Amino acid sequence: MNSFFSNLWSANAELVITIVKIVLLLFIVLTVNAYLTWFERKVVAHIQSRWGPHRVGPHGLLQPLADGVKFLFKEDPTPAGVDKFVYYLAPLLALALALTGIALIPFGPDPIRLFNHDIYLGIAPPDVNIGILALFAITAMGVYGVTLAGWSSNNKYSLLGGLRSSAQMISYELALTMSVVGVLLMAGSFNLKKIIEAQAGPGVFGWHGIFSWNIWPQILGFFCFFVAAIAETNRAPFDLPEAESELVAGFHTEYASFKFAMFFIAEYTSMITVSCLCSIMFFGGWLSPFPASWRFAHYLPSAIFIPFGLWVIWDGIRYETIFGRIILPGLGTAFAALGAVFILLPGVNEFIQAPFWLLSKILFFLFVYVWMRGTLPRFRYDQLMAYGWKLLLPLSIVNVIVTSFVILAKMTWWGAK
Amino acid sequence: MTAPLVVFFVLAALAVIGALSLILQKHPIHSALSLIVVMIALAGLYLLLGAEFVAAVQIIVYGGAIMVLFVFVIMLLNAGVEEHTSISKMAGAPGLLLVVALAGLVAATIARSTDNIQTTSQTGNMSSTLGISNMIFKDFVYPFELTSFLILVAVLGATVLAQREKS
Repeated sequence: MNSFFSNLWSANAELVITIVKIVLLLFIVLTVNAYLTWFERKVVAHIQSRWGPHRVGPHGLLQPLADGVKFLFKEDPTPAGVDKFVYYLAPLLALALALTGIALIPFGPDPIRLFNHDIYLGIAPPDVNIGILALFAITAMGVYGVTLAGWSSNNKYSLLGGLRSSAQMISYELALTMSVVGVLLMAGSFNLKKIIEAQAGPGVFGWHGIFSWNIWPQILGFFCFFVAAIAETNRAPFDLPEAESELVAGFHTEYASFKFAMFFIAEYTSMITVSCLCSIMFFGGWLSPFPASWRFAHYLPSAIFIPFGLWVIWDGIRYETIFGRIILPGLGTAFAALGAVFILLPGVNEFIQAPFWLLSKILFFLFVYVWMRGTLPRFRYDQLMAYGWKLLLPLSIVNVIVTSFVILAKMTWWGAK
Repeated sequence: MTAPLVVFFVLAALAVIGALSLILQKHPIHSALSLIVVMIALAGLYLLLGAEFVAAVQIIVYGGAIMVLFVFVIMLLNAGVEEHTSISKMAGAPGLLLVVALAGLVAATIARSTDNIQTTSQTGNMSSTLGISNMIFKDFVYPFELTSFLILVAVLGATVLAQREKS
């Protein structure tokens, strides 16, 4: 019996590992999504001098749970006159495509060795040859969820939202794709791992760390990419497909309960994907911002847990509810202990370097997303079109041409590469 | 049956079913959706042949850009369910003949070249991005540039046609 199982394991190990990874990543991404809603509400609230959610759990930390339960138990009516098949397909399509995008993101360069198998962080191995192209392919398909939802709902506002969304996505996809060509030229590959490794330095003036990242030579490309990506994910200030002051709720007006939640999760997941892409292509991915010669910076990813944990304890003992006074110091102690353990185990400390830097960059971009939503007013429709076609597209083409000429000049006169 | 063969048959069946549904569906949007299924199945087949770049471009250009435009236009015109008229004899008879001829041609080609059909992935020139760019920008640079010139003319023509009403 034992040998039967070991045979079965050795034959299907890759498959089993991949399935376990998919389940784990799904769990993590959905949890992060839930807490992203909390994060967004908190940050926007503080931008507008409000408290945001703070009733359910200490600092409103259990609010996502309450929201999830609410989504599940709401009535889910199907409006009259909808195109049933497409109406049910649209949220599924939106969610499935958004989650597939995450599967292609590598979260670290080195595999963990478990059960005699190299297990990479992220579902696809980090060196998919067409990594970035495959991601763009999935993003390009993402528009169907919104468009079909708008069309199938049998509602004028939904239809207008769907139309706006497809027009917006067609317009901004050009700028999005053109703006990364500069990065691809510098890395010479579509492979996400190679794009990150090309940023390890030495960069301009032979510097390492933050100064060898693509953001400096490709700052124009980054600007175009980030703006176009915000428009692609239908987020403020480009959230015209769901402009509530004009279109009720746009394409998802007729969706309730969990079907609405699926659109919601899809939107937040594509925000995470875009943040991953920004970090990977322009901000060095999992590379540390400090040069490798700064030894103390090596302990930063572990050590940062300790002051954070201490701060949570300090905040928790003064919290107004009993529940908060128990749970927050407990959480803080856990964080501080985790940090101490990470520092004491050099292997773990080494291993969390790459994921730590990538995740903190992703968190930064998610913050920028929310920050923009709290700061900028929505574009008018003609402004949106003019901005995409007359500013972003020419700028990104200029970026491609200049980058090509600089690389050509380097190759001919300085003989680099 | 090996795993790639199973994947091939699944994708091929998907492509054929999608193509049939494209013709048989009554609503334009459903037809457009079927066409998207065909495009993605074809991309999967390219991937199976090891042509990763072509597969990705197939999805980005056909699945993403062109089909979004199709769906956009159908939605904008708010096209409803088609009315099916009885098939005219003028179109029916030559059409049937053409179907038989085409099927015969395909069958004959397959029957003649059973030994030479390559089902393995083609590594090298055709598949890699480097190989494709070498072919486009070195071997076939003049046809390629001529094609882009043609597209430019078409774009200019479309702009002129769109602007005509203003003047």
